[in-house]
This record gives sequence, C-alpha cells and structure tokens, in this order.
Amino acid sequence: MRDLTRIAFFGGIYSNHYALQAALQIARAKGVDAIWALGDFGAFGPHPDRSIEILRGAEIPAIQGNYEESLSSGAEDCHCGYTDPRDNHYAQLSYDYTKANTKAEYRQWMGTLPTSARIELGNKRLRLCHGSPRRINEFLWKSNTSTPFVERMLRDEDADLIVCTHTGIHWDRLGPDGRGIVNVGALGRPANDGHTHVWFTILESGPAGLRVEHVPVEYDHRRLALEMADEGLPAEFIETIETGWWTTCLEILPAKERAAGRY
Amino acid sequence: MNLVQLERRPIGAYPQVPLVALDSVWFQVAGTLCNLECTHCFISSSPTNRSFEMMTEAEVAAHLEEARGLGVRAYYFTGGEPFLNKAMVPILARTLAQGPACVLTNGIPITARLAGELSRLSAGSEYSLELRISIDGYDAQSNDPIRGEGSFEKILLGVGRLAEVGLNPVITVTEACEGVASRAGRLKFLEVLRALGLSQPRLKILPLLRMGAEEKRLRPYQAHETLAGVELDRAAIDKLECGHARMVTKKGVYVCPILIDHPGARLAATLTESLVPFGLSYSACYTCHAEGLSCAT
Ligand code: SF4
Ligand SMILES: [Fe+2]
Repeated sequence: MRDLTRIAFFGGIYSNHYALQAALQIARAKGVDAIWALGDFGAFGPHPDRSIEILRGAEIPAIQGNYEESLSSGAEDCHCGYTDPRDNHYAQLSYDYTKANTKAEYRQWMGTLPTSARIELGNKRLRLCHGSPRRINEFLWKSNTSTPFVERMLRDEDADLIVCTHTGIHWDRLGPDGRGIVNVGALGRPANDGHTHVWFTILESGPAGLRVEHVPVEYDHRRLALEMADEGLPAEFIETIETGWWTTCLEILPAKERAAGRY
Repeated sequence: MNLVQLERRPIGAYPQVPLVALDSVWFQVAGTLCNLECTHCFISSSPTNRSFEMMTEAEVAAHLEEARGLGVRAYYFTGGEPFLNKAMVPILARTLAQGPACVLTNGIPITARLAGELSRLSAGSEYSLELRISIDGYDAQSNDPIRGEGSFEKILLGVGRLAEVGLNPVITVTEACEGVASRAGRLKFLEVLRALGLSQPRLKILPLLRMGAEEKRLRPYQAHETLAGVELDRAAIDKLECGHARMVTKKGVYVCPILIDHPGARLAATLTESLVPFGLSYSACYTCHAEGLSCAT
C-alpha cells in the first residue's frame, strides 16, 4: 500500500445523511487518500439507516462510537456520558428513536467494527478513537484537556497523535514536534457557533510536518430540519440544525465552550 | 454501631480501589478555614477550625510541578473557603498556565475587584476557569438556617458580580435543599438563577455526606451503610473520585477530598508516592458508591 499523505476524518454523523454526502464530495474534491469515520453514525437526526448505507456503500473504514457500542449490544441508553437530568432526557429521546429505526442487520454490523485503530501518516503514528483512547465516551474539550494530560495519553498509547470526536466541537493542539491531539468535531450537528454548517477534518503530512485543516461543510440543512420534523424529533434538535446553537447536552460543556454558545 | 467502630473493621473486607489514573488534583488551599459555618459541612470548616492550615503559593507550586510531570488533566481548589487565601489569584494564574482550574467557593468573598481579576485570569488562559458556588435553598428562608444568617443575600451578590464580568459559575445545591432533586425543584432553582442575571444557569445537585457537622444536623451513618463485602467493577471504580484523583493539603496528600478528617486517609507527602490502592472502609465511601457522589464538575 502506498503511503498516505492526506486523510479525512468524519466525527459524529448523528444521522445527518445530507451533511455526510456533502462532506464525501468535498473530501474527494480535495483529493484525500482515505476517509475514516470515528463513530456515532446515528443519534439526533432522522432515518439513521441512510447514513449507514452511505458509509457502507463508500466502503469507509470506521470505528465504533458510544452509539454503535450501545446499539450493537442492545443497551438501554446511549452511554453518551451526560450527567444532567435534562440532557439525559433528550439523549434518551434521541437514542430510542435511533434504536427503533436502525435495521437489526446494521446494528449487528456496528458490533463488528473495532473500537479504535492505529494508522500512520507521514512519520506520525495516529491513534484513532471516539472519545479518548481509554474511554469511548470521555469528552475531550479544548478548554479542559491539559497539555500534560495529552502527553500522558500519547506516552500510554505509544502514539504521536490522538484523533478523536464525541464532543461535537473541533479543535487541535500540536506541539512544536507535531505531536498532540486533534478533535475532528462533528458532521451531524453545527459547532454551537451560530452557523448552520458542520465540520470534518483533514490531516496532511508534508515536508513542513503535519497540517490540520478543519473543513466547514454547507449542506441542505433546511431539508434535514423538515425531515426531522416529519419524524417527530424534538423541536430543540431542529432549532440547533436551523440556528447553529446547541439547545441540549449543554451541562457537560466547560465554562469556555459554554460561554461561546447562546444557551 | 457507630462510625468509629465501622472504621476499625479489617481492611480486607472492603473493596480496594486502585488509582486508575491521576486525572484530577485537589488542593485544600484554605485549610479548614471558612467565613461560614454551615450546619452540613462534612469537614466542619469554620472561621476558627485550624485542623488544616492554609497552603502557601510555594507549596501549591511544588505540587503543580509534580502534577505536570504526572500528566494531570485538571485542578480543583477547595477549603474551607479558597478565596480566604490571600495568594489565591497568583495560585490560579500558575494553575491556568498548565491546565483547567475549578474553585469551590461560597461566593461571599467575591468582591467586584476579585471578579475583575478572575475574569482577566479566565480570558488569559486557553483553559477553563470554573467557579462553583454552593447555595442551600431557593431563598434566604431555606438557605440561611444552613449556611448562616444573611448568607443568602451575600452569596447572590457574589454571583451577580461574576455574572457582570461574564463569568458563569456552576451553582451546587445539596439535597439539604428541600425537593431540589425533583424535576419541579430543579426548574424552580433554575428560575432563581435566571432572575440573578445568569442567562445560561448551570446547576449541580449533590448528595449529603453524613459526617462532620452534618452528622449532628440530620443523622449519622447507619451500620448497613457500608461497602464491606461489596465488589466493585471497573465501571464502578471509574465513577469514584479516589480512582482518579488525590487531595493535597497542608499536612500531605490524602486519598480524596472527603476523608481528610481521617488520619488513615493520608497516603504520603507527595503525589507520586500517593498513587497506591485504597480500601473503602469508611461510611462516606458508601455514599460515593451508592448515591453516585462525584466531587468533580
Ligand atoms: S470517600 Fe469516596 S472518594 Fe473518598 S475514598 Fe471513599 S469512595 Fe473514594
Ligand atoms: Fe459520542
């Protein structure tokens, strides 16, 4: 296999099949050598099977997120890791809908996916995970993930770069040696910044070292919102798609990320 | 059977919790000194309780240095009342240079000037500065019998000063507050906070620890409230503070923020030496496990 130089990473898709299609086109147009999906294909959005069919049709390598782990094991909830009762209430609505609308065959397939992966990019060893290398539902936010902690994870994992998602907000922090962490954000839900576009991330290895590009994805969010309404999904979720502001899952945000949003 | 007898049970009967990873380091930065004397305080902090003295900036700095090498994720400051420590602002400045910091305060010492300094510290760091303020009721009538005469008004002043400079504290309420754990109670409390100018109210509800002053307020632990003979799996251990944190005090490093009144919970002088398993032989351990008490934000 030839060496990879440019790889796209898709974070939480959350059943946003329109954004997934748009992101695939952008990634291909940018000439990536590979695309990885880092879990949470379902949740939040409508018709979970559509996203899975796109992923499988494009033969995109993927690892499990907490959603795939829960759905494939028949768990009663999403193991998202929220602590607030209101957040958990909405998480449960989202999980119950997704579980009821995901084909048994697909749920079984999710269980066959690995929970992590190691790949190389240039001279860097990448450790792909959903939440953190040690826990599928650990939240790694920029403002509460210290650099010494990242260095410890890299030591423990014998890796140069952690590539994760799960929080829904993209960020990265690389040291002068190009080692560090990249959270690829989410394709399924805007980044709580008042914009309707969503995000994926491209990592490129070049002569100057590793380059991180967080790529905004415009897609037909109005159509998605209509579909969500048709499926009876909560108005709060639809508002997020239409405005770019999170309305739920807020209590898990650290102070800085919370202050950046509207609610 | 009383608390003391329970603690003398042979250690082997209790689950042993390994330090899975040192993610959080707590500093009892103000010792047991506090401007308040709450009736439910599990370590009986007060203006005169000197069982733990305040830590100096140099002492905190030495442990921060050690924590950096150990890859600690986040830092917590408690007391007593952390802002009684005159070095608190420089201590936070040091901390925020290497990781996120959370201060557990009663909010009363937060003057307009301190709020301004905290806001500058927060803006100057890529890490979050969290402030956690405890309130014990929806109004003075329910709060003051627990936290002290006139305290409700003063706490709200502190919260308001933070809101003015754009800092949004997490408000913690213990279950001493009647009905707060119910949905209706929660919504009512959120309304109180919105009325204060917190447009994004953040609320955390904590179970009570039946020890220290609280033992006398409501009731002490009962004999059946013990982890003797209980086996904990990895998921249960992951939820316990002692599996992921240590507490630094003037007198050395303790297993967790809760057990500092128990000499058996002092593990070592340094963080590095404190990374050893601990037997959950204390009644408070029962609350942590059975009620899912988590000290961290
Ligand atoms: S009181 Fe809680 S955190 Fe402390 S040792 Fe016991 S179980 Fe662990
Ligand atoms: Fe997730």
